[in-house]
Amino acid sequence: MDLSLLTKLNELRSNRRAAILTTNMSDGTQRLIRREDDYSQDGLATEFDRRFRSGKSGIVPFEDTDVFLTVSVPSPRLVIIGAVHISQALVPMAEIAGLDVTVIDPRTAFATEDRFPGSKLKAEWPEDVLGEVPLDAYTAVAAVTHDPKIDDFPLMEALKTECFYVGALGSRKTHGKRLERFHDAGLEPALLDRIDAPIGLDIGAASPEEIAVAVLGSIITALRKSPETAG
Amino acid sequence: MRYLLKVLIKGMLMTSTDTSSIADVLKTAENWSDSGRSVALATVIETWGSAPRPVGSHLVIDSDGNFEGSVSGGCVEGAVVSEAIDVIETGKPTTLEFGVADETAWRVGLSCGGRIRVYVEPVR
Repeated sequence: MDLSLLTKLNELRSNRRAAILTTNMSDGTQRLIRREDDYSQDGLATEFDRRFRSGKSGIVPFEDTDVFLTVSVPSPRLVIIGAVHISQALVPMAEIAGLDVTVIDPRTAFATEDRFPGSKLKAEWPEDVLGEVPLDAYTAVAAVTHDPKIDDFPLMEALKTECFYVGALGSRKTHGKRLERFHDAGLEPALLDRIDAPIGLDIGAASPEEIAVAVLGSIITALRKSPETAG
Repeated sequence: MRYLLKVLIKGMLMTSTDTSSIADVLKTAENWSDSGRSVALATVIETWGSAPRPVGSHLVIDSDGNFEGSVSGGCVEGAVVSEAIDVIETGKPTTLEFGVADETAWRVGLSCGGRIRVYVEPVR
């Protein structure tokens, strides 16, 4: 491997950018494809799409040879909107499951170090935080404040940036009103269908802790059981 | 039996946490190269059966036989390292296959008779 190619790949990794290194198994030639590149004319375009979603490396036959794809995608992140009781349970559970978790809530009475010891906590408006650290396809967003003023913006951002999971707390009635607002804001119906609401797996969760389990279950399902997952 | 279970569980855990270790190995490869060491990179490109490390796992090796990472969770690393030293000398990539069964598989750490293919390339 060319050292310059390796350096480039490592730089992308450290910036949470997805990339695929292709290696021609016959002659050893290599190319680096970034997710944001326009590779639609590439013979392997469909394969790249699938692999960027699944994150899985592997061999594919291509033009009389085999090509190995080293797929490098960022580690999964969870952004929780709302420093509420559910979040207090969800943060440690999600961290144990391997997610890099951030909690955002502009209400300083909720977003306190006492309630979330040692967590990545932002007592700011989602608009401001997400301006600095944008959402991406390797991020899950769970909005649990119940307050449209806080939840709506990050939910719409999550849909637009193709976050792998988008969940919103609230009853079917609350969610119906939310869908109307998002529709009026110009979001496509297909995008709106991606919202997990009422939030979480249907396990009859009653307490905030149990709801946290249901939400984490949904997030892992979205991460691991995507229909496009490559074998 | 208890030992077998332990090995299996260890293998599963390693599979689930591969992403962060990949990052480390590639960074190590870059750092070693930058500091003037001759380096090869080994990558698991195919697995059959119950291989302990997933496709895409890396091992970085220098010309003195130092290495970081893993391609099998322990035991074929020795063979990969010695091949990698040759690759560093010749500058030519090569593909290695470890396809073993039964007792041999057990001895080299491929606990369930898995087979793996490993691509070894120089970093220049």
